[in-house]
Amino acid sequence: MDRDPPVAEDVATLVALPFGIAIAWALARKDFWGKALLDGLVHLPLVLPPVVTGYLLLIAFGRRGVIGGFLADLGIVFAFRWTGAALACGVMGFPLLVRAIRLSFEAIDARLEDASRTLGADSWRVFLTVTLPLALPGIIAGMVLCFAKALGEFGATITFVSNIPGETQTISSAIYTYLQTPTGDAAAARLVIVAIIISLIALVASEWLARRAGTRLHGG
Amino acid sequence: MLTVEVEKQLGEFRVIAKFEAPDGVTALFGPSGSGKTSIVNMVAGLVTPDRGRIMYNRTLLFDSSGVDEPPHRRHIGYVFQDGRLFPHMTVAQNLDYGRRMYRLPRDSAAQARIVDLLDVGHLLERRPGKLSGGERQRVAIGRALLMQPRLLLLDEPLASLDAARKREIFPYLLRLRDQQVPMIYVSHHAAELRRIATTVVRVDSGRVTGVGGAELLDAADADAL
Repeated sequence: MDRDPPVAEDVATLVALPFGIAIAWALARKDFWGKALLDGLVHLPLVLPPVVTGYLLLIAFGRRGVIGGFLADLGIVFAFRWTGAALACGVMGFPLLVRAIRLSFEAIDARLEDASRTLGADSWRVFLTVTLPLALPGIIAGMVLCFAKALGEFGATITFVSNIPGETQTISSAIYTYLQTPTGDAAAARLVIVAIIISLIALVASEWLARRAGTRLHGG
Repeated sequence: MLTVEVEKQLGEFRVIAKFEAPDGVTALFGPSGSGKTSIVNMVAGLVTPDRGRIMYNRTLLFDSSGVDEPPHRRHIGYVFQDGRLFPHMTVAQNLDYGRRMYRLPRDSAAQARIVDLLDVGHLLERRPGKLSGGERQRVAIGRALLMQPRLLLLDEPLASLDAARKREIFPYLLRLRDQQVPMIYVSHHAAELRRIATTVVRVDSGRVTGVGGAELLDAADADAL
């Protein structure tokens, strides 16, 4: 490896975001065949034991997996790579992301979207200029929850892509590894502090952003 | 001239409306819950009729044979009872929204004229949350006018306001009428309509029961007694 892989937790949150917004919107606003099934699938990682989720990911996205094999031909490999760690983190955080965004979509007054349509906005522009900005506080909250879940992600990641330092380690699995080595206490403590700091910053930042977005929405 | 001939089942309630509205101010007049708002929603394109046709001048807006122009291509302005300003935009951005969405060229003369007409110049930098009810409704009227509508729909534009605010807004609406902006004006207040309407369409339990002049308002008052 000639470079450090990106931090799996960050990549997971960012890549999951557009999918999360799309699915949350569909669940909040559309009626379609299989909606209950999609809802269930999205929430599955929340209730399944993480090891089971990791195992399912391994079956689907492993080198010989159904999807993994196909993607490997395209040069996208998840197995035992940081991309796999990001995928696992993303899948585990996804239900929380979708949930928060969906709630904020549902809270938006659809009559504002009607007003926007009479003012000449097609569906796409209604979404971009009215729905999305009004959902912003929920989207931020969802991202923080997803990121926090990814930080704590252990079971699914370790099952799917193992625990390879500098490649597939999340902050949680790294702390675990250090605790297993006789001289690792100090390193583990350092990571614990890092985890606390990152979590605090994420919480404070999201609170601040949501408050700012909130005052913007309700007259400020 | 707006031609409406529509049918729509809404739960237990059925709207069957047929009328012609010449230019000027056409009042849709009737008690609350008589289907007036459903009718203007169909004209705006927000509600799709089950059957019928809607035509404005020579343009077919809806026909059950397969024409259904979406609201964002109808060029029909809509002032809602509750204003519905976008809370995340300033007043200036609200006013400019329709022009941007319809991709009209910036026309600062028209903008200045309407801002002036409605006296909202001092509000431009504020957000809707910081406006009084009357100010909000004036901005809503301005927003609908600045998209250069060929027809303006007003659904009980004064109903959410107290008497003083009503007196504040009404002169602006009279000015619009005098500037030949074609309007469909929904209200259940005969007194309000007597001052502004040029044609009256009476609506009762989902049906049009009369089309004519101000005499229909008097008859309604008589009914009420």
